Amino acid sequence: MPYISLKSDAPGIRGLVEYRPDTGKFLYDLVQILLRQDSPLSNAERELIAAYVSSLNACTFCTCSHAAAARFLFQDAESMVDLVLQDYEKAAISDKLKSLLHIAGKVQADARTVDNLAIERARQFGATDREIHDTVLIAATFCMFNRYVDGLNTLTPAHTDEQVWLIMGERMGTQGYIPPPLSQ
Amino acid sequence: MPYINIPSELEGMRGLLAFRPAIAPALTALTETILRSDEGLSMGQRELIGAYVSSLNNCHICQCVHSAAAQCLLAETSGLVDKVIENYENAPLSNKMKALLTIAAGVQRSGKDVLPEHIDKARIAGANDLEIHDTVFIAALFAMFNRYLDGLGMVSLSSNDILAERGKNLAIHGYK
Repeated sequence: MPYISLKSDAPGIRGLVEYRPDTGKFLYDLVQILLRQDSPLSNAERELIAAYVSSLNACTFCTCSHAAAARFLFQDAESMVDLVLQDYEKAAISDKLKSLLHIAGKVQADARTVDNLAIERARQFGATDREIHDTVLIAATFCMFNRYVDGLNTLTPAHTDEQVWLIMGERMGTQGYIPPPLSQ
Repeated sequence: MPYINIPSELEGMRGLLAFRPAIAPALTALTETILRSDEGLSMGQRELIGAYVSSLNNCHICQCVHSAAAQCLLAETSGLVDKVIENYENAPLSNKMKALLTIAAGVQRSGKDVLPEHIDKARIAGANDLEIHDTVFIAALFAMFNRYLDGLGMVSLSSNDILAERGKNLAIHGYK
């Protein structure tokens, strides 16, 4: 049960955005810019960073939904996304993306632990300023979303409810982030 | 030194927003909407939560700036903000505000650390849904800002006095 009275049983962030649409609108704007608008990182890579950080924060709603969006966008037949969440070093992704996930993990744990070593490693594999910036901001933003969603104990479908996440991931992958319509 | 090439001498969030202007409208509007309201929590109480969470995250810039903003908005001269950061249980605050800071501290560690008993304690002390919601939101917002700054190595070269001036300026003019 959510800790506050929401306006519907919409799960996760959607229930919260219905509750306070004035802040919710800008949350959706932010995530649409971060995960969909122009970036040297693909939409799929950005969803993967979001899912990875959410899994480190043990936020079931954000992990399952963004992992589903990443699977949809990668057309992931090899369970690459699941492997990244388990142990990204073993996943079939570029060394650059691994080095960016390393930075994202540091931002999640304590941003002051990001150091020259982690940045240099990313640069060696070709990461640009924008890629480093977007990685840090996506990781930081999901530290916000994860806390907002779990700190108010929002409704979350079971992580085993594969069909729900599949549909959600496809919607996020095709439509991006549009705030839920205002309920009466 | 920032880890990326910030295209000016701008410090802190101003530097980051200059690097990536496309995110500025959403981030600014989000901050203005949640921090510049007196409905339920006052603007000063909102800044106090921001300063407290920033202190837990050891984000020097945010702690200095938002402590000064809170001090200014609460018309505070007795060192309340510093006392809250040191140990809010011993600070001269209402039980409601203490209970909300307990919730904010839970959010700072992990959303999952906010427990039903924390919520019950806040409700018994008189907190309503909106106040609980906004406390969680503000704590989560600063979990983001603190990480965005520190994760990109945005260390301030300014004195604490200059950072405090910026906080006062925000208290007076807001984030727009």
